[in-house]
Amino acid sequence: MSNELELSKKRVPLIEQFVKNFIKLSAFGAILISIAIVLTLSTEAINFFQSPEVTLKEYFTATRWTPTFKNPEYGVLPLISSTLYIATIACLISFPIGLFSAIYISEFASKRTRKIIKPILELLAGVPTVVFGYFALNWITPNIVQKFIPGTGVFNAISAGMAVGIMIVPTIASISDDALNAVPKGLKMGAFALGSTKRITALKIILPAAISGIIASFILGFSRAIGETMIVTIAGGQYPELNLDPRRAMYTITSSIVNVSLGDTPHGTTAYNALFALGITLFLMTFILNLASDYISRKYRKVYE
Amino acid sequence: MEGVKLNMENKTNSKIDLDSVFSVKNVSVNYGDFVAVKNVSMEMYKNKITAFIGPSGCGKSTLIRSFNRMNDLVPSAKVSGEILYQGINLYDQNVDPVQVRRRIGMVFQKPNPFPKSIKENIAFGLRVNNMTDNLDDRIEKALTQAALWDEVKKDLDKNALDLSGGQQQRLCIARTIAVEPDTILMDEPCSALDPVATKKIEDLMQLLVNEFSILIVTHNMHQASRVSDYCAFFTTKATEDGRRTGELVEYNDTKTMFTNPIQSLTEEYISGRFG
Amino acid sequence: MNSIKDLTKTNKEKSPKEIIFLCVLYLCISIAIITLMTLIFDILSTGSNRLFSDYEVGLVTKQQINNPQDFLTSLDSRDPLKAGIGPAFVGTLWLMIIVIFTTFPLGTGAAIYLEEFAPKNKITRFIELNLTNLAGVPSVIYGLMGLAVFVRLAGFGRSVLSGGLTLTLLILPVVIVASREALKAVPDTIRQGALALGATKFQAIFRQVVPSAIPGMVTGMVLGLSRAIGETAPLIFMGALTYVNYYPDSPLSGFTAIPIQVYNWIGYPQADWKNTSSAGIILLLVMLLTMNSIALVIRNKFEKDW
Repeated sequence: MSNELELSKKRVPLIEQFVKNFIKLSAFGAILISIAIVLTLSTEAINFFQSPEVTLKEYFTATRWTPTFKNPEYGVLPLISSTLYIATIACLISFPIGLFSAIYISEFASKRTRKIIKPILELLAGVPTVVFGYFALNWITPNIVQKFIPGTGVFNAISAGMAVGIMIVPTIASISDDALNAVPKGLKMGAFALGSTKRITALKIILPAAISGIIASFILGFSRAIGETMIVTIAGGQYPELNLDPRRAMYTITSSIVNVSLGDTPHGTTAYNALFALGITLFLMTFILNLASDYISRKYRKVYE
Repeated sequence: MEGVKLNMENKTNSKIDLDSVFSVKNVSVNYGDFVAVKNVSMEMYKNKITAFIGPSGCGKSTLIRSFNRMNDLVPSAKVSGEILYQGINLYDQNVDPVQVRRRIGMVFQKPNPFPKSIKENIAFGLRVNNMTDNLDDRIEKALTQAALWDEVKKDLDKNALDLSGGQQQRLCIARTIAVEPDTILMDEPCSALDPVATKKIEDLMQLLVNEFSILIVTHNMHQASRVSDYCAFFTTKATEDGRRTGELVEYNDTKTMFTNPIQSLTEEYISGRFG
Repeated sequence: MNSIKDLTKTNKEKSPKEIIFLCVLYLCISIAIITLMTLIFDILSTGSNRLFSDYEVGLVTKQQINNPQDFLTSLDSRDPLKAGIGPAFVGTLWLMIIVIFTTFPLGTGAAIYLEEFAPKNKITRFIELNLTNLAGVPSVIYGLMGLAVFVRLAGFGRSVLSGGLTLTLLILPVVIVASREALKAVPDTIRQGALALGATKFQAIFRQVVPSAIPGMVTGMVLGLSRAIGETAPLIFMGALTYVNYYPDSPLSGFTAIPIQVYNWIGYPQADWKNTSSAGIILLLVMLLTMNSIALVIRNKFEKDW
């Protein structure tokens, strides 16, 4: 070893350069994936809208989605309506259950109870959607819906909506729980010191302070309900016309994507391109909702600091 | 052997008829198996300002939280001994802790107004305690008593978080007195405030004591000598397992404690030799 | 002024409104828990009918399919009592391997870059924004993208490779976030200490920080994997829905996977298929449970208490 003071920069070994570039590329890959999604969806969707049988007007106003019929019709309206319908049923179930579960966990439950319940909710969150679909079709429909609501078919929107709702509960509960816990403890103490009860403190002081996070969780839940595929495909059935009766089958955007691809539609046909038109419609819907959720949770978060 | 130093006999005042507000007998507070403060006995008197002083960590805050049953909110906390409030055992089975907290108010170290309007901050306590008749009058009275009315009367809908630190603390005092307690517990109410705001609160205390009994925890002994009528000096003693338990060393009227302290520990603290 | 006796007259926390509210809370949490229990119970009971049943066929020949191993190793069949999950199970295993080998380097690499090397500028924020958005994209969209990019563009066709790569893209955001958390948990003093000894940033990160974060990263990988094997929608476009009844023999071979197979079985109307689907679900849930347990063990055993 030389005894001279060596302060000049050493040459960077090759492997270091390689690794540095690799991880940088990996990170930038995130942008690549987004671009890939948008590009692939748009190009095929554009092909779809450019085909002779399809007009934008028909897409948005026709009331039937039958791409594989002899005289195909490409109206997305029934699909959007079914998607929103089922998503709404799901949210009507999941918002209260999720929010109140979060309030219970964060404000009322003892440490020991919390330790048991949180893992159970995480378990629920880990159940694959195809399992929920099975549950909706084979258990919820015969044992709950058909028992209490006459006239319900084997495939119906109520069961699908209920199952989607339960699936979303862990999402709502955990994000809302985080929002409730983020409220400074001083506010809670101040309320109790004035002689407030747990209920009033939770509902009138903590809940309003956490409202932005809670609303963000609602929007996110709604977005997930819209994008849910397997549950609605299995339990919701097919009914390509506009249908507002939840006791009958409802055909969402996602289930129609699945069903068209089942037929092994050859590339280049209008029906194939239709998949991507649906894809981009779905993508835009969830994208806007996700942005809104993120915006709300960010903008109103610091209100109590 | 330390422990209780009950100094009623050492009062140099003549026999003024003093109403006892708190009667504390052998009270200890544990968190799990950790003894935060041990064996405190003392009396606190009506319409007087009593100060708890001593270095940090000797359980003063823990102790006053047992006076309004705020310790109930900590699952591992256990209070033993007897705390009589105007003759009633605060920890009796039949006593409603929620009602206790209305009667015995608390102001915290860090001002914690609700993220609502000034008006709503005060209205909350009133609503919760069903005191909603003449709401606006009650709000004005509370703000006046807290020496805040003139500064905020023009805009009661303003968000409380837009007030200065000192104003926020006076707002917290206002909402506490709005629900008409008899006693106000103050846990280092000025330690987050600047000297000007601190002085305002100290002056306010002198006015409030005519209507309320006040118990203040402070780590600033000069403040204690300025504002309080009675002083309780606490310190910590190391236990076998290396932790420190708080204990009451001396309790006396303020004048006596600061001019003629009985315990040597008290004397050392007051002359600044530790703490 | 109220008298002091008011203190004993009431018990506000036990007043009707409080009790009712508490009941509402209990009700909500119970619905969530009971639904989960019902689901598990139903699946276990119907699935065990299939897994532990005897079956006799004909008067002369007798076949007994009464243990889970047969279910695991048999091929699919038109007969619900004979149909097995063999090809789907192996297909899932293939997918897992592909996912692990692509996701782990890419995911942890991206996390290391973002957490340790990336400058705090707009571009980095843009990348992070992208990741957040990608995490919220429905899985069926990833399937469409995989169809266009891997099946068609890259020419991999409807193969297990296309499926695995699609799943990788799906779980990449999740794995990246988990790995970043693991890196964040390593205290800065470790980095400073290494640098102070004359290490380059690269050496400090890769020789000190990353090794400490590995348990968390592995946990994140396992959790991402457990999400991937439960996914059905992205694989639909890989031709996995057509009746695939063979074991994949190369990355470019056709395949089926457990959730896909279960989905197929659910669709058959005959009553016995219900039990078969449940049996498939039991296998899936057992795999998920195993993986999550491994993640938990890794977390408890190797994660340091700084």
